[in-house]
Amino acid sequence: MTAPVSADWRGVAAESVEGAPGGLTGFLRARSRRLLGALLRPHRRALLVLGAVSVLQNVAAMSGPYLVKVGIDRGIPAVQRGDGAGPLVAVVAVFLAAAGAEALLTAVFVRRSAVVGQAVLLDLRTRLFGHFQALSISFHEDYTSGRVISRLTSDVEALGDLLNEGVAQLVFAVLSVVTTAVLLLLLDVPIALVALLSFPALVALTLWFRRQAEKAYRAGRVAVAQVIVQFVESMAGIRVVQAFRREDRNQEIFEEVNARYRDANAWSGRLAAAFGPGTRAIGGVTFAVVLAFGAWRVVGGAVTVGVLAASLLYVRRFFEPMQDLVQFLNSFQSATAALEKLSGVLEEEPAVPAPDAPEAPPAGPCDVRFRHVSFAYRPGRPVLHDLDLVIPAGQTVAVVGATGAGKSTVARLLARFYDPAEGEITLGGVDVRDLTDDDLRRVVGMVTQENFLFTGSVADNIALGRPGASRAEIEDAARAIGAHAQFAALPQGYDSPVGKRGGRLSAGQRQLVAFARAFLAGPRVLILDEATSSLDVPSERLVQQALATLLAERTAVIIAHRLSTVEIAHRVLVVDGGRIVEDGPPQALLRDGGRYADLHRAWAEGLA
Amino acid sequence: MPAPALWRARPYLRPYRWHLVTMAVTSVVAVVTAIAVPSMVRRVVDGPIARGDAAAVLPMAGAVLVLGLFEAFAAFVRRRLQVPTAAGFEQTLRDDLYAHLQRLPPSFHDAWQSGQLLSRAMADLAVMRRFASFGLVMAVVNLTTFAVVIALLARLDAPLALLVATSLVPLGVLTSRFRKRYRAVARQVQDRQGDLTTVVEESAAGIRVVKAFGRSRVVAATFDHGARRLRASSLDAARTQAAYWPLIDLVPNVALAAVLLVGGLAVGHGTLTLGELVAFISLVLMLVWPVESLGRILADGQEASSAARRVFEVLDTPPAIADRPGAVALGAVAGHLRLSGVGFRFPGSDSWALRGVDLEVRPGETLALVGGAGAGKTALLELIPRLHDVTEGAVTLDGHDVRDLTLASLRRHVGVAFDDPLLFSASVRENLLLGSPDAGDDELAQALAIAQAGFVYDLPWGLDTRVGEQGLSLSGGQRQRLALARAVVGRPALLVLDDPLSSLDIHTEALVEEALAAVLAGTTAVVAVHRRSTLALADRIAFLEQGRVLAVGTHAELVGAEPAYRRWLGQPAPPADPAAVGAATR
Repeated sequence: MTAPVSADWRGVAAESVEGAPGGLTGFLRARSRRLLGALLRPHRRALLVLGAVSVLQNVAAMSGPYLVKVGIDRGIPAVQRGDGAGPLVAVVAVFLAAAGAEALLTAVFVRRSAVVGQAVLLDLRTRLFGHFQALSISFHEDYTSGRVISRLTSDVEALGDLLNEGVAQLVFAVLSVVTTAVLLLLLDVPIALVALLSFPALVALTLWFRRQAEKAYRAGRVAVAQVIVQFVESMAGIRVVQAFRREDRNQEIFEEVNARYRDANAWSGRLAAAFGPGTRAIGGVTFAVVLAFGAWRVVGGAVTVGVLAASLLYVRRFFEPMQDLVQFLNSFQSATAALEKLSGVLEEEPAVPAPDAPEAPPAGPCDVRFRHVSFAYRPGRPVLHDLDLVIPAGQTVAVVGATGAGKSTVARLLARFYDPAEGEITLGGVDVRDLTDDDLRRVVGMVTQENFLFTGSVADNIALGRPGASRAEIEDAARAIGAHAQFAALPQGYDSPVGKRGGRLSAGQRQLVAFARAFLAGPRVLILDEATSSLDVPSERLVQQALATLLAERTAVIIAHRLSTVEIAHRVLVVDGGRIVEDGPPQALLRDGGRYADLHRAWAEGLA
Repeated sequence: MPAPALWRARPYLRPYRWHLVTMAVTSVVAVVTAIAVPSMVRRVVDGPIARGDAAAVLPMAGAVLVLGLFEAFAAFVRRRLQVPTAAGFEQTLRDDLYAHLQRLPPSFHDAWQSGQLLSRAMADLAVMRRFASFGLVMAVVNLTTFAVVIALLARLDAPLALLVATSLVPLGVLTSRFRKRYRAVARQVQDRQGDLTTVVEESAAGIRVVKAFGRSRVVAATFDHGARRLRASSLDAARTQAAYWPLIDLVPNVALAAVLLVGGLAVGHGTLTLGELVAFISLVLMLVWPVESLGRILADGQEASSAARRVFEVLDTPPAIADRPGAVALGAVAGHLRLSGVGFRFPGSDSWALRGVDLEVRPGETLALVGGAGAGKTALLELIPRLHDVTEGAVTLDGHDVRDLTLASLRRHVGVAFDDPLLFSASVRENLLLGSPDAGDDELAQALAIAQAGFVYDLPWGLDTRVGEQGLSLSGGQRQRLALARAVVGRPALLVLDDPLSSLDIHTEALVEEALAAVLAGTTAVVAVHRRSTLALADRIAFLEQGRVLAVGTHAELVGAEPAYRRWLGQPAPPADPAAVGAATR
C-alpha cells in the first residue's frame, strides 16, 4: 500500500504524485519548453515577420523625437533666415509620414500577433482536449474532473497571457539591448566596460528570480486547481450541500484553498515586485557610475563631452527595454509552470493504448472469450483470478454475486476501460487490444447505473448513441425500450432540456435515456451493468419486454441485483471473490440448490 | 470612466484605499524623479566637467545615484502595495461569490451552465483583479500627467496649448467609440470562454459515458467548435484594438506636428523664442506615452467592467429560497407533515410538475410515494427540505409553514437521501456527518449498522478513508448505503428518502429494510419507492400520476380500490421460466 501522503479533513488517501521533487526541475523545465517549441514551430515565419514589424514600428516611433530635433535645428533657422517655411514643412511632413507608418505597423502588429497567439491557443486546446479524451478511465479516476478542468481552463489561459504580452515584442527588446551594448562599445571601450559591469548583476538577479518564480508559480498552479476542484464539486452537489447545511463548512474549506491561491499569487507578485525595480536599481547605479567615470575621463581628456553624453543616453536606452523583458520573463515563468502541468498530461500514455496494427473487426455475431484473465485495480488486491469464460454468439449471460465480487470488473474489462494484467479477452476471435477504439465501440455497447446526461435535450442525449440519427430513429429507439410515451409526455417532448447533468429528469428517466441511447447505438455485444436499478416497476417491465427482443440477435452480459432482469438470461454466472463459482442455465441452478437458488429465494420472498 | 458594474466592486477595494493612493503617489514621484535625472546631468556637464574639476563630480554623481535608487524604490513600493491589493480584492470577491452561489437554490444551478459559473469565479475575477490593481492606478497617473502637462503648456503659451487641447476632441470621439465597440466584443469573449468551460466540465464529468459509446470524437468536435468560436471573438477583439489603438496613438503625434509647424513659424516670425518652443515640445512629447497607453487601459477597463457585469449578474440574483424576515427556528419536532393544495412548477416552466396535492403524514408514520417516472415523486420530496418552494399551497411541519421556519432549523430536522448518492471528496466520517457534525462515534456506528454499511471499517483507513471523486471509488450500492447512513445519522425527526435501496443487492436490501423498519417505526418518513419489495416499509402509500395524487391508502386498500395502482404493480412476476424466454429468443 502506498504511504498516505495526505491526511486532513478530506481523510486519508494515497496521493497520486503530481509535479515532481526538486531533482526533476530541470526535466520539467525542458519538457515544458519542448511543448512551447512544438506549439510555436509552425508559426516560425509568422513570428519572424512579427519581429520585423515590431522593429520597424519601433524605428518609426523613435524617429519622431529625432525629426523634431531636425525640425528645430534646420527648419526653424531657415524660417528665421527668411528662406521660407519649405524645410520646416518638409520635416513636419516626414514626421507625419513616420507617425502614419507607426500607426499602420501597430495595426498590423496587433492583428497579426493575435492571429498567431490564437492559433497557438487553439492548437494547444484541441491537442489537450483530444489527449484527455484518449486517456483511459484509470487515468481519469486518479486525476479527477476538477483537475482536468483546471488544466483546460486556467492553465491554458496562463499561456494565453504570455502570448498576449507578445512574444514578438521580445525580439525588439533583445535587439535593442544588444545594439545599445554594441554602440556603447563603439563609443568608448572603457566606459562601455564599466557600463557592462552591470550585466553580471542583471544575470544574477534574473537567475534568482527564475529559480524563485518557478516555485511560486508552480504553487499557484496547484492552488488554483484546488480552488477549481472545490468549486466544481460543491456546485455539482448543491442539493446535498443545502439539504445537509454544509454551506458553512464548505465556505471554510473554500476560503482556505482560496487563501492558499491568494498566497501563491502574492508570492509570485512579491518576486516580480523585487525583480522589476531591482533591474531599475541596477540601472540607476550603472548610470551614476558611468557619469562619474565618464566625467573623470572627460576631465582627463580621454574622451569628449559628446561621447559622455551619448554614452549616458545609451545606458538609459539599455535599461528601458529591460522593463519589457522583465514583464515578459514574469509571464513566461507563469506560463512555464502551466506548461509543466500541460506537457505532463500530454506525455501521459493511455493505459489502454491504441493498437499499432489494428485488426479488422469481427464480422457477424460475436462470441466473447476471457482466457486466463487476472486483474487488480490496486497492486496486491486482485479482483479477478485467472478467469476463463466463453460466451457463444447470441447468448445472454447474467452475472450475479455480492458487492465487490468483481461483476462490474468483468464488464469494464470487456468494454476495455481497463486492460487485464494477464490473459486476454477476445471478441469474435479478435483480441480487444487489437481493435481500434471506433471498431470496438461499434461492437460493444454498455449501459451502466451511472447515467450521465449532457446539457441539451432528451433527443440530443439519445442521439449520442449514434450521432446524426434522425428524429424518427431516435423515437424508434425510445419506442423499442417502451419509453416513447414517457418522453413524448414531457413538457416539450423530446426537445425538453434535461438540465444540468440531467437534473430536470428523475433518475428513472435518466436511465431510460441511457437505455435508448444504447439501443440506438445498436452494438452486437451489449453490457448492462445494473442498468435497471433506478427504474420503477412499470418502466422496468417495459424494458424487460424490450430486452427479450433487443437481446435476441446479440451477445449480452447482464449484471444485476434484481433477479427479474436475470430471468431472461440463458445462463447465469455466480461470481465470488473474483472467481466463477456457479455456471449454468438459471433453472438448472435453481434445481441444484446452490447460491443462485438462495438468492432467488430471498428475492421471491421480497416480492411477496 | 469606470462603468457602473465595475464601480460597484469598489467596496472590495476599500480596505486597500490607502494602498491605492500611495501607489498613485509613488507613480507620480517616480515620473518626477525620472525627469529630474537629465537636469542633474546637464548641471554636471555645465559645472564640474566644464571646469575640469573631477573631484566635484563625485557628490553630484552621488546625487544621481540616490535619485536612481529612489526611483527604483518608488517602483518597488508601488509594486509591493499592488500585490496585497490585487490578491486580496480577488480573494474576497471570490469568497463572496462562492458564498452567494451556495445560497442560491437548486433551480438556479439547474438553469445556469456550470462552466459559466466557474469562468466567472476564475477568469472574470482575474481580469477584474488585473484592472483594479494596475489599470486603475495607471489611469489615474495618466490623467494626472495629462492635466499637469496641459496646465504647464498653458502657462508657456496659451494659443499653442489650445491647439494641443483641441486634440482632446478626436481623442474623446475615438475612445468613446472604442469603448462602445469593445464592450460588446469583450463580453462575447467572456461568454464564449464560459461556454467552452461548460463543454470541458461536462466531458470531464461524463467521461465514462463518452468512452462507453466511443464518442470522444463527437465531444471533441463540440469542444473544437467552442474553441473556434472563442478564437473568432478573440480575433474580433484584436481587430477592434487594431482599428482604434493606432488612431489613438496618432492623435498626439499629429498635435506634435502641428505644434512644430505653427511654433516653428512663430519662432521664425519672432513671436516665440526657440527656447520656449523647445520647452513646449519636450512637454508635448511627455503626452505621447500616456495617450498611447490609454488604448490599452481602456481595453483592460472594458474587459474588467464586462467581467464585473457578469459577476454581478450572479451576485444580484436574490436567493429565491431564504429565511423570511421573522422566520422562527424550530425546536423539538413531533414530525407532523402536511401538504395542502400544493402545486409546483419548475421555475421558468409553465407546466405543473405537481398540482392539487393534499397529503398528511402523522408523526411516526411512513408514507410511500409510488408512481411512474416523471409522476412528480422527486419534486414532492424536494419541497419538504425547501430545495424548491411550492408555487401554490403550503407544506407545513407541525403546523408551521416550512417557509416560515429558518432554513437551518428545518433542514436540521429533515434527513435526506437522494436518488443520486453523491459523496464529496472527503473522509467517510466527514461525508456521514455532513448534517450533524456533533454526532458521536456510536451514533455513527448506529447509522452505519442501519444502512448495512459496515464495509467502511474495512476500507484502507477505515472511517478516515477519503471517498468521492478524489478518493477511493465505491460501487453504486456502497455509495447508496453511505447516503442512507448520512440521512439517518443523528436521527432526524423527518426522513425524506428517494428510492434509497435501488442499487442494493437482494441480500443487503433485505437487511437494510429490516434495520430501516425499526428506525421508521418512530420517525416520520416520506419515501419514494420504485419496487414492490420496498413497499413493505410504508404504513400508507400515495399513488401519483402526472403530478397528482390519485389515491392514498394502505397497500391492501389501494390494490382493492385503485386499478391504476394494480396496473403499476403489474401481475406479480411470473414464476421463473427462462427456458421459454430462451426458446423465444433463440
